[in-house]
Formats: sequence, structure tokens, C-alpha cells
Amino acid sequence: MSKNGAASGADQPEAAERIPFWQRVCDNPFLLLFIGVTVPTVFYLIWGIMEIAQIPVAP
Amino acid sequence: MSATPQYRVCPTTGLKVFGATQALIKANAVAAVVFLAVGGLFGLSVALTRWPDVHLLPMDWFYLALTAHGLDVLLCWIIFFEVAVLYFASSVLLNCRLAAPRMAWLAFWLMVIGGVLTNITVLQGNSSVMFTSYTPLQAAPNFYLGLIIFAVGALIACGVFFGTLVLAKDERTYEGSVPLVTFGALTAAIIAVFTLASGAIILVPTWLWSLGYISHIDPLMYKLVWWAMGHSSQQINVSVHVSLWYAVAAILLGAKPLSEKASRLAFLLYIFFLQLASAHHLLVEPGVGSEWKIFNTSYAMYLAVLGSMIHAMTVPGTIEAAQRRLGFNKGMFEWLRKAPWGNPAFSGVFLSLVLFGFLGGISGVVLGTEQINLIMHNTVYAPGHFHATVVTGTTLTFMAVTYLLVPLVFQREIMFPRMAKLQPYVFAIGAGGISLFMMAAGTLGVPRRHWDITFADSIFPYQIPSAGFLMMALNGVCAILAATGGLMYIVNTVASVFFGKRTGDAPVKTYAATPAQAMGRPVVADYGSAGTMYIPGTIVLVGVFFVSFVLYYYVNWKYLAEVWPLR
Ligand code: HEM
Ligand SMILES: [Cu+2]
Repeated sequence: MSKNGAASGADQPEAAERIPFWQRVCDNPFLLLFIGVTVPTVFYLIWGIMEIAQIPVAP
Repeated sequence: MSATPQYRVCPTTGLKVFGATQALIKANAVAAVVFLAVGGLFGLSVALTRWPDVHLLPMDWFYLALTAHGLDVLLCWIIFFEVAVLYFASSVLLNCRLAAPRMAWLAFWLMVIGGVLTNITVLQGNSSVMFTSYTPLQAAPNFYLGLIIFAVGALIACGVFFGTLVLAKDERTYEGSVPLVTFGALTAAIIAVFTLASGAIILVPTWLWSLGYISHIDPLMYKLVWWAMGHSSQQINVSVHVSLWYAVAAILLGAKPLSEKASRLAFLLYIFFLQLASAHHLLVEPGVGSEWKIFNTSYAMYLAVLGSMIHAMTVPGTIEAAQRRLGFNKGMFEWLRKAPWGNPAFSGVFLSLVLFGFLGGISGVVLGTEQINLIMHNTVYAPGHFHATVVTGTTLTFMAVTYLLVPLVFQREIMFPRMAKLQPYVFAIGAGGISLFMMAAGTLGVPRRHWDITFADSIFPYQIPSAGFLMMALNGVCAILAATGGLMYIVNTVASVFFGKRTGDAPVKTYAATPAQAMGRPVVADYGSAGTMYIPGTIVLVGVFFVSFVLYYYVNWKYLAEVWPLR
């Protein structure tokens, strides 16, 4: 993840040791991938499919 | 794994361009342009058919052409070009060889085969199900198969992108965080994974259904999952073309983003929330509840809109700050007046920014609001809206970028520079016009995807106001203009790519104060903000934008109140 962050202190005005939380999030493409796939899967797909599945079948 | 791969150093940007990357960018870009040419022709024929006095195509051909148009431009043109951008943003910007170039070639060929197969199937005539292919409309099996093959190819290309990110990190070809443009491309790739996975979930069963192995596909379920692909793919486009706006500003003007943090936050909001907007396509479906609709299209969506608002501020702001640094400091707007309007890469990007924001952005929020959506749902307002986003936004940006791509990657001179200079304006006016007039016609009730708005053979006669006919005629006129602009682009690009004078290692003209090579790390691949917030001109422009936005939004609520009078 951000182990090599210390090497990049040059253009960071703040302390180089502690990389801010959101920067760590942004620097981790696979975490972002996970979030970016999960959020719409849960709120759009799964929630939507559940609503459709609950519609009673016409007799 | 190949040993020390070959690269050259780009004389304009100072970036390393690896041989395999360059070849793949070329191949994907050429394929993109070919599909644009085919799809654009279909688009023109569709628009001329919808011009009531011209009514070019017979009914069956109209629906065939409409199907082919949507597929060729929205899918093939855009995604091929985006794959090229992904390779640029990973391999070139991170100074790293491309991970698994063989896989990238496999991806390319799968996309070609899939695209061609779907086209052939559509042309055979039994698959005029339009781009959305809503069940129970059924296309021939190869229609779905082609789409699936194409999607698998695109997914592999995303894999190569992620692989290259990992490779670059391992080999430490860059320091700290990835550049902003790469971050934007990452946003696109993430959305693409969700998009393509959803596409597979819905298209594979639909394919089996068309083969006769599955007896029934529920139409509402289909719509829900299909739009997870159909809409999300538009968000890939937004992420990519916004990234390219930053990239072009950086390459041409040496522009650093106003605020790295703000721009990254905007992309982050896209990753979190943008895809939920898919729900706006189901706003009038009775089977899903209002909570689901409003949560997905309003509450969550407005967070993504916030992302777009940030870009709307920071992209022109980035350009203004760079121009001011170059000395165009007089008054409010010297930076804009003296911008390189004669450079098609710049003019294309700026026109795209303005048209995408004003026409596409505003109409998108209006359409995405459950209540006012009712006035326009399934009218030709919808194609009006998305031609503003996907044509004046994405397509125009890609065209603009091509004017840099040809000299930088193909290393050829643009063959007809005068034509190139004019092209973004012609295309922008034409495409802006079709967007505007289709929206106007839709507001007057003209339906989308309709062959004959006189309803001559309808059992229930209905009279569209004559202004609606006029708007569709004006749409036809603008379509001719847009097609002319498109043709200028295609002729020039093809001529330059194949027959242009080789530029060798001559750098491309840019406007930055210091030549790129002298700046250590090229701006487009760098990290860091412009270090100023003095952007009065942008603030005025954004103010105008907000006022238009609010006015138009409330005009539509007023209009809704008149459609449904509470007496
Ligand atoms: C010369 C330029 C173009 C012209 C004149 C044009 C015109 C049109 C027209 C008239 C329609 C039909 C509206 C209807 O009847 O419902 C349409 C549909 C569509 N266009 Fe375009 N268009 C152009 C370029 C593009 C581009 C570049 C894209 C995508 C990047 C695009 C994407 C679409 C899509 C997705 C549809 C919907 C198809 C469907 O309803 O299934 N168009 N276009
Ligand atoms: Cu949508």
C-alpha cells in the first residue's frame, strides 16, 4: 500500500511519516475497486432485485 | 516477461513511450475511428429520417440503423478510444511498460471480433432491437454473443490497466501518488469493471434465451440489470473525458490542477456514488419503489453531481490559472480571449467543457429528478440530453485529443491543419444543435425512437404541436452539420495517420512557458496543485452556470405543475 510513502516526502508540505487517511484510501486502487463495485451492487442491484422479486406473480 | 523493453522519450512531454504501449494505443485508436465513421453515418440517416419532411429511411431500415448507430458509436467508438486512454494513463504516465501486452492484444482482437459480429448480425436484419435490446424483443443469438465477446475484451483491457498500476508500483517507476489523470482513468476502470460485470450477468442469460435454452427473461429484471451496464458505461465516459481535460490543459498549457485534493475528491465521489444513477432509467417503472428510486437517483446521485460541480469549477479554473501564469493577466477574461483557440486540441476541449456542462449537465439533473422526469421520460428529450453528454462531451473531447495523439503517438503531422482548426467548431455547433433541438422537441412531447410522428396509421390519432415538427427539422439540419464535422475529423485523422508526414522527434507546439523537458517531471504526469486560487473569470462563468441551472430546474417544476393542474 503506502509503505514507500516516506520516499515521497519531497512534494508533501505536511509531515512525511503519517500519510493522511484519505490519501491512503486514494493510493489503494484495489480498495477503491472494491468500494466502487460493492456500493452499486448493494444499493442499486441487490436492493432493486429484491424489490422486483417481491412482486407477486399474476395468477 | 520480456527483458528490458524498448521505449522512446517523447520530445514534447518528456514521457517514456514503450513500443508495445504505442502499438496498442494506435490499434485501439484506429479501430475507434473506423467505428465512429460507420456509426456516424447511421446517425445521420436516423436524423434525416426523423426530419418529417425528409423521412429518409423506410420503417424497418430506420430501426436497423438506430440499432447500429447506438452500438457503433456508444459502444465501439467510445470504448476502443477509452482503452487507448487507459493504456496511456497507466503505461505512459507512470513511465512503466505495459503489463501483459499479449493480453492487451487479445483484448483488442476480442473487441474487434465482438464489434464486427454484432454489426453483421444487426445488418442481417433480424436484430433491430435497438441499443437497449429490452426483452421480450429478441435479437439473433449472435447479437448478444458479439456484445459478450466485446465486453470480455474490454474487461481484459481493464485488467491490463490494473496490472500496469501494480507493475509500476512494484518497479517504482513513479513516486508517491499516481498523477491526477491516472487517478481519473482509475475511476473509469473501476466503473468499467462494475459495468462489464453487470453486462455479463444480463447478456449471458439473454443470449441463452435467444438460443432457446431459457424460456423467459423477466423484462423488469432485464431493465434493472441492463442499465447497471448501460448507464454506468456513460460514467466511464465522463471520468475519462474529464481526465483528458486535465491532461490536455497540462500538456498544452503546462497547467497544474487548481487543487489536487479537490479534483481527487471529485473522482472519489464518482467511484462511490456515480453508478447509482443507473436508476434514473427506471423512474417510471411500477415494479420498484420510490425509496429505491429516490435514494439512487437523488440522495446518492447528488453526491456524484457534487463531484461534477467540483470539476466544473476546477477544470476552467486550472486553465485560467495556467493562462494567468503565462502572462494573460489583464482583467477578468484575457486568459480566455487569448487562449489558443486556433489549436483544435484546446478549442475542442473547451467547447466540450462548456457544452457538456450547460447542455448535458443541467438536462441530466432535470431528467434524473423523479418528479420532473415524468414530463420528458421516453421523449426525444432523452437522446437530446445524452447527445450533449456523449457527443459534445465525450466524443468532442476524444476528437480534440486525437489532434495531440496523431503527432505524439503516431508521430505524423496533421495533414490538413486548416481543416483541423475549423473542425471542433463545426462539430460543436452541429452536435450542440442536435442536442438542443431534440430536447426542445421532447419538451413538446415528440417521442424518442419513433419512425413517424404524424402517427398516420395509429388507431389513436394524436397531434404533436407543429413546433415539435419544426424542432425535428432543425435537428436534421444540425445533424448534417455534425456529420460534416465528423467527416472532417475522420478524413483528416485517417489521412494523417496513414499518409501524414512523419514528424520523427520534432516536438509539438505547446504554450507552456518552459519546455516540458526542462521541467524535470512533465506536468501531466506530476503531482501538485497550481498554488493559486485567483480565478475570477472562472468564478463568473460558474456563477452564470449556476443561475442557468437553477432557473431551468425550476422552470421544469413549473411546467410539471401545468401538466398536472391541481384544480
Ligand atoms: C453525426 C452525429 C450524430 C447524429 C446526427 C446523431 C443523431 C441521432 C438521432 C437522430 C438519434 C435518434 C433519436 C431517436 O429517434 O430516438 C440518435 C440516437 C442515438 N445516438 Fe446519436 N447522433 C450522432 C452521434 C452520436 C454519437 C457520437 C453517439 C455516441 C457517442 C451517439 C449515441 C446515440 C445513442 C446511444 C442513441 C440511442 C439509440 C437508441 O435509442 O437505441 N450519437 N442519434
Ligand atoms: Cu443514464
